Amino acid sequence: MSGANDPFDPKQVAALSPEALDAAVAEGLAAFAAAADLDALAAVRPAHLGDRGPVLLARRELGALPPAARKDAGQRVNAARVALTEAYDARLAVLSAERDERVLAEERVDVTLPSGRTRRGARHPLTTIQDRIADIFVGMGYEVAEGPELESEWLNFDALNTGPDHPARSLADTFFVAPEDSGLVLRTHTSPVQARTMLERTPPVYVVAPGRVFRTDELDATHTPVFHQVEGLAIDRGLTMAHLRGTLEALARALFGPESEIRWRPHFFPFTEPSAEFDVWFPEHRDGPQWVEWGGCGMVNPRVLTACGIDPEVYGGFAFGMGIERALQFRHGVSDMHDIVEGDVRFTSAFGVEQ
Amino acid sequence: MKVPVSWLSQHVDLPAGTGVEDLDAAFVRQGLEVEDVLRAPETTGPLVVGRVLEIEELTGFKKPIRYCRVDVGNPEAQGIVCGARNFAVGDLVVVALPGVVLPGDFAIAARETYGRVSDGMICSVRELGIGDDHEGILVLGTEGIEPGTPAAGVLGLDDVVFDLEVTTDRGYCMAIRGVAREVAAALGAPWQDPAAATPPAWSGEPAWAVEVEDPARCDRFSMIAMEGLDPAAPTPWWMRRRLTRCGVRSISLAVDVTNYVMLELGQPMHAFDRDAVRGPVVVRTARPGERVTTLDGADRALTDDDLLITDDTGPIGLAGVMGGATTEVSGSTTALLLEAAHWEPTGIGRGVRRHKLPSEAAKRFERGTDPDVTVVALARAAELLAEFGGARVVGGVVDVDARAPRPQIALATDRPQAVAGIPISPDTVVDALRTVGCTVEAEGAALTVTPPSWRPDLTDPADLVEEVVRAVGYDEIPGVLPTVPPGRGLTPAQRRRRSVGRALADAGYTEAPAYPFVGPAALTALGLPTEGLLTLRNPLSEQEPAMRPSLLPGLLATVARNLGRGQRDLAVFELGVVYTPGAVSAAPLPPVDRRPDDDVLAALLGAVPAQPWHVGVALTGLREPRGQWGPGRVADWADAVEAARTVADAAGVELVVRAGDRLPWHPGRCAELVVGDVVVGYAGELHPRVCAALELPARTCAMELDLDALPEKAVAQAPAISAFPPVRMDAALVVDAGVPEAGVRASLAGAAGQLLEDLQLFDVYTGASLGEGRKSLAYAFTFRAADRTLTGEQAREAFDAAVAAAAADHGAVLRA
Repeated sequence: MSGANDPFDPKQVAALSPEALDAAVAEGLAAFAAAADLDALAAVRPAHLGDRGPVLLARRELGALPPAARKDAGQRVNAARVALTEAYDARLAVLSAERDERVLAEERVDVTLPSGRTRRGARHPLTTIQDRIADIFVGMGYEVAEGPELESEWLNFDALNTGPDHPARSLADTFFVAPEDSGLVLRTHTSPVQARTMLERTPPVYVVAPGRVFRTDELDATHTPVFHQVEGLAIDRGLTMAHLRGTLEALARALFGPESEIRWRPHFFPFTEPSAEFDVWFPEHRDGPQWVEWGGCGMVNPRVLTACGIDPEVYGGFAFGMGIERALQFRHGVSDMHDIVEGDVRFTSAFGVEQ
Repeated sequence: MKVPVSWLSQHVDLPAGTGVEDLDAAFVRQGLEVEDVLRAPETTGPLVVGRVLEIEELTGFKKPIRYCRVDVGNPEAQGIVCGARNFAVGDLVVVALPGVVLPGDFAIAARETYGRVSDGMICSVRELGIGDDHEGILVLGTEGIEPGTPAAGVLGLDDVVFDLEVTTDRGYCMAIRGVAREVAAALGAPWQDPAAATPPAWSGEPAWAVEVEDPARCDRFSMIAMEGLDPAAPTPWWMRRRLTRCGVRSISLAVDVTNYVMLELGQPMHAFDRDAVRGPVVVRTARPGERVTTLDGADRALTDDDLLITDDTGPIGLAGVMGGATTEVSGSTTALLLEAAHWEPTGIGRGVRRHKLPSEAAKRFERGTDPDVTVVALARAAELLAEFGGARVVGGVVDVDARAPRPQIALATDRPQAVAGIPISPDTVVDALRTVGCTVEAEGAALTVTPPSWRPDLTDPADLVEEVVRAVGYDEIPGVLPTVPPGRGLTPAQRRRRSVGRALADAGYTEAPAYPFVGPAALTALGLPTEGLLTLRNPLSEQEPAMRPSLLPGLLATVARNLGRGQRDLAVFELGVVYTPGAVSAAPLPPVDRRPDDDVLAALLGAVPAQPWHVGVALTGLREPRGQWGPGRVADWADAVEAARTVADAAGVELVVRAGDRLPWHPGRCAELVVGDVVVGYAGELHPRVCAALELPARTCAMELDLDALPEKAVAQAPAISAFPPVRMDAALVVDAGVPEAGVRASLAGAAGQLLEDLQLFDVYTGASLGEGRKSLAYAFTFRAADRTLTGEQAREAFDAAVAAAAADHGAVLRA
């Protein structure tokens, strides 16, 4: 290698000759062009662009040149290096693109294959409808009240103005808990929750109580001994039948669509007076828009308020109750009660996790 | 109550053009639910009334046959072959001429039969589709109808019958009288009260000696005697027809008349064969050991609550429910005692239920009849029996009358509008109450209202309010939303149940609520105790008399049912209450005229057994489905434990799993589920004997835990999130095979200290290289400091401490 102070002799630095550099570039370009794939390209790179490649070796010789010649030679070396680098990068881009296209094509899969590696579960529609109804009332400011299924006879009947001789209080209609003097029944409606609420809380009271109830019917297409109701109770000053209707309308519209309406038919219940049964107008019924019987309602009988320690001269209220199975039947087109009670997973799966 | 429009319109001046739809709407508006609208099946073609002119008996056939000449209004008599024998020359009958199509597509044509041409058919009630009677043909009597008259009108084939459901408070609507009143009110039409008639003043001593021992249960007992009844006199066709349309079978003139009057006025009556009654009639309760044979032939044991009509021989009727056999009117009865009484309703109800005898009379007495019409009803019956049976009243009327004055109810005129929420004028209030029959005295805004005798249901101001609002029309009331004070939303327990249900569904479980009834057999099959179960006095099935103490019997039955229907892979859950076994203490039944005092209320609430919410799962078959990704994975004990973890996560509590041993689980594959210090449930694989007993697939798995035993979720505290890098280290620890992994993990985690961020078991290995009865547990540790980059040495220190603790606690050896 020439020292810095050596006398200038350009012929001694052959590597920096334009001819030599041109040849090195030409060789490199040919080699890059000849590389068929990325591996081959990577293999030939050191010989041309590596530290031991002719261009970088030539660059080291620049110091040996006198300053006047150094600039000229430096430009030549740089040009050679740039030419090679550009050629390499261009070839790399071409080969990378070729590789990507080929590999990604090879990795293509059939995305229409089944992907269900986990099982789908579902909540029972009886549950989800009850939740939905509860949510509608919670949205109105109600709270969700609860009571036991196996209930005291007094709360299920007496407190609700249903005396000892009422026909419903017979073994033919009501499940009684042994022994005979237990004073316990399987609640025949969710109304004892009303009584509990009135005994436990002070007005104003606005509660809704979904739950399971029992009557001694045999299971058939339209009856089940174990079924569900939602009960509502409002006790406050100045409540009227107009408030009752407004509340039922709000429920009907939330559950059955904005076109839904309420129709009342005078009826009799011991624990309300006046009493009515109510129908809802259900536009989406699968047999066409129609009135559907749904539940009972009325103004809480002052006798019930008295039994629960609420002064009927100060407070009044309304109560309503409807069947969940019934709602399921007409809202979802369930024609046979067996499907609701038998726990066949094919039935429940159709309803998913939420309503 | 079945109401023929033709009968109704006899008492109500229905406005012209009133159609079936208008009546239907009127019934609904008045609170009489229309269960059905019945029409006679359609008959087309020339159906006419004919008169039988000649009867020729044809012989030589298998049965006697008649060839009749019948006048059907044509110059020529019609020749008709007929197999019936219950008619005579001169009778008016119904003739289907050729071209008639009777119900059931029964086309009538002239045809040759029994060697004659039959030019039509003489019809029976059944052939006309208006009843079941096929004993003979229908005879319409002998006069009053011109031969050739179209029969449809005569038969009422175009009549419509409304079948109404009458609620228990509206007994007066169990009669044409009451229904007519309601329809008239709804349509604003004039009407005539059939009970408004004044009974004749029968002269003479009371016709029979009667004593009422229990006036509290019978405050009026009226009776007349009749003689000279023609026992062969038939019930007139129109009456039979009305009875049939109302669903009452025709029996004999005397019985039919009492039923007819009951349907018309609502007063059930009973006809005794007077010659069979011995001595004075006494109304009293049954004596020990007494029995009665009722008209239905049943011999009934009586209790001291049974009210009887008796004579010298003993019971001759179960008061208000059914007459007795010994005094029954027979085919030779010519003298009658007609009874009409007013019975206390609840006593009748008890009798009906005790004897399972829901008679038409009892249905009315149970709801409450009008005590003021007993004698009116007797007079009406006497009139009919005189006209059609030739009977006459003998002696004076018996009327044991202990009626109390009717109660008066105070009502403020503004009360109805305060309840309804719409303006209702005082005049409207008074008019409405008078329309239902009340006597109203007004003094300013204070009304004194005396309800009518037929409305025992009107006892409170609220009852009167309902009558007023009903008159105004329920659907006149608009909807107004009340201003509800803010609520607190769902309770934590309610939110928890929803979260748990949703989490299990998201984890692939399908909810399957089961009936909560169980029997000892199902519990024994599961190895569960059967002592102290809460049982029902009247279960639906004798095999399942108890209330479930566990969700498992129901869940496993659901699994079995689904398997039976061809499912293979099942994961089901139930979220529901169970009924904790234990002694039942009698719940008190305090009076209802005030709130029970606190002690009574506490006793009442305390007598209701605990009914905690449980959650359970059962699974069998593939837990993860097979598919293009692989063969799937069979459900095992770990899935059941994982279900418990899913529940615990959703509930926000920390679950500890220990080895358990409890039926119905496999003793070696049963996890005890612990939260805090409380065992809340079990999970794992079912015992092979249980699977065999229930015919479930081997290795069916299940979990059940008590949701109510879980503590309330603590308010979550945010963790400090460190941005410094972690140090990860692995350790394989060899322990005895019997050492529970959870214990090793607890030792490691406890000793590793604050720096341990995460600890995962990633492999369990057993093999010869470890030696007999040994296993290797491979753990991945993640260490991280909150405030600095952890060095390898610091992490190693914590790691060594952890391994040392595992060695000390469980004899764990770090595997080379």
